Amino acid sequence: MAIGPIERTAKDFVLTVQEYSLFAYRAVLNLFRPPRYWTDFLIQCNIVGVGSTAIVLLSGFFTGGVLALQSAATLSEFGATAVTGRFVSTTMIRELGPVLTGIMVAGRNASSMASELGSMVVTEQIDAMRALGVDPMRKLVTPRLFACISMLFFLTILADFFGIVGGGFVTVFMNHQNGTQYLSMAWEHIHLPDIVQGLVKPLFSGFIIASVGCFYGMRTTGGTEGVGRSTIDAVVFSSVIIIFTDFLLTQVLLTLFPPL
Amino acid sequence: MENSTASTPELDPPALGAPVVEFRHVSIAFDGPPVLQDVSFTVSPNETRILLGPAGVGKSVLLKLINGLMRPDSGSIFLFGQEITTMTEEELFPLRTRTGMVFQEGALFDSLTVRDNVAYQLIQERVPEEEIDRRVHQALTFVELDNTFYFFPASLSGGMRRRVAIARALIHQPELILYDSPTGGLDPITSTTIIELVMKERDVFRIPSLLVTHRLQDAFTLCSHYFDSALGHMVPLPKGQTDPNTTFLMLEEGRLIFDGSIHDLVRSQNPFVREFIE
Repeated sequence: MAIGPIERTAKDFVLTVQEYSLFAYRAVLNLFRPPRYWTDFLIQCNIVGVGSTAIVLLSGFFTGGVLALQSAATLSEFGATAVTGRFVSTTMIRELGPVLTGIMVAGRNASSMASELGSMVVTEQIDAMRALGVDPMRKLVTPRLFACISMLFFLTILADFFGIVGGGFVTVFMNHQNGTQYLSMAWEHIHLPDIVQGLVKPLFSGFIIASVGCFYGMRTTGGTEGVGRSTIDAVVFSSVIIIFTDFLLTQVLLTLFPPL
Repeated sequence: MENSTASTPELDPPALGAPVVEFRHVSIAFDGPPVLQDVSFTVSPNETRILLGPAGVGKSVLLKLINGLMRPDSGSIFLFGQEITTMTEEELFPLRTRTGMVFQEGALFDSLTVRDNVAYQLIQERVPEEEIDRRVHQALTFVELDNTFYFFPASLSGGMRRRVAIARALIHQPELILYDSPTGGLDPITSTTIIELVMKERDVFRIPSLLVTHRLQDAFTLCSHYFDSALGHMVPLPKGQTDPNTTFLMLEEGRLIFDGSIHDLVRSQNPFVREFIE
């Protein structure tokens, strides 16, 4: 009776997870087997990396600024506004830099990957590629996957840096505090575990963005309406999975690298 | 009479030898009633087979089964003598490069120029640029679109896109060409241009092919005309004569209800065939 739809939904969910796992496995495996499409990899690096620089830079800058504003307001109650730099840098590097970059790039690139590949599916371009003897997984998915992983790493560094700059800007020009103190606090309290934590996460985010975006794009059905649906699913699922994975990774990394 | 005899082309008798394509009891279904049911037929070397049937009877599905773009639920499919139903996707890629396929709407890569679309296979094979340009010009000249070399598909009309798709299918000198409704949705004049190209490919290159269409007029034109290379256009065959290498298949609700020549087709007593051709 009422079990029917639940059972169907559960089966669909399990099937989707299984298909996604196989899809991601094939995409990764292709990097180790020729042919490799390095030109496509570089094109995707340009699209994901250079194309996302502006949004990542701005979101990092303003997030750092907001952190400085909020933390200074709270810390002033304890007379500890001097540690604003430490608070901003640690938070940006360990958490907000990787997560925000992941979500911003997911909004921009998971959607574009899903819609681009989805359009190719519904206009039979993917079938045409297969008919011409070219594997769309190797040609389209694998370059996007590895470009996204590589670029997320560098974009996160950029977001972290501009977050700290944004925080410094607010600290000096709006909170009227000492800039040197801000910078020295920011610098002195960054440790290797913080950097490891901050730079491991974007590798996972990059993988999630490209694999989910391409997965939903490649399984598009139902014409242009289907392309729209795939695009929404790609953004929603990649964003949620990024936050969920961030939670798991934080747990694991805090165990491996306990805070000093 | 003499004149017509003099202009009669050399019509090869139906070729013998191993079939290029063979279907043995093929069935496929997608979440519902079967799309194809127990379909068996062959395509011989030099043969042009025209697959007729109304929209939605599984013609395009049948075409995609031939080069392994889809997998049947049961039955066997042989392409160039090799059973493809048991092959992996990896094993199918080299076999697919031996076939050319023209999709319903052309399926050109919209981010690439006409040159890169036509040369797609050659680019993947890292053929030298000069060789690519030469062969693309040759293929585009064949479809009379050499002036579109640097154009993007978006700036081409529907008919031009199909012609570019034909050039793309021909550039690799395939051993079999599959046409999926190449005239679907086109005006009569453009349709005739496309059919003339199919005929040119048949009579100049003599590549076996399978053409899907629901337009009986196109099918009859292919049977009753030949391409005269000297004149550069198609010419009707003498009255009463038809191309012996152009034969027909017809599908009705997933079942193959007809397999034979045009003479058998027009004499068929099957009510569905009669309704379709009348």
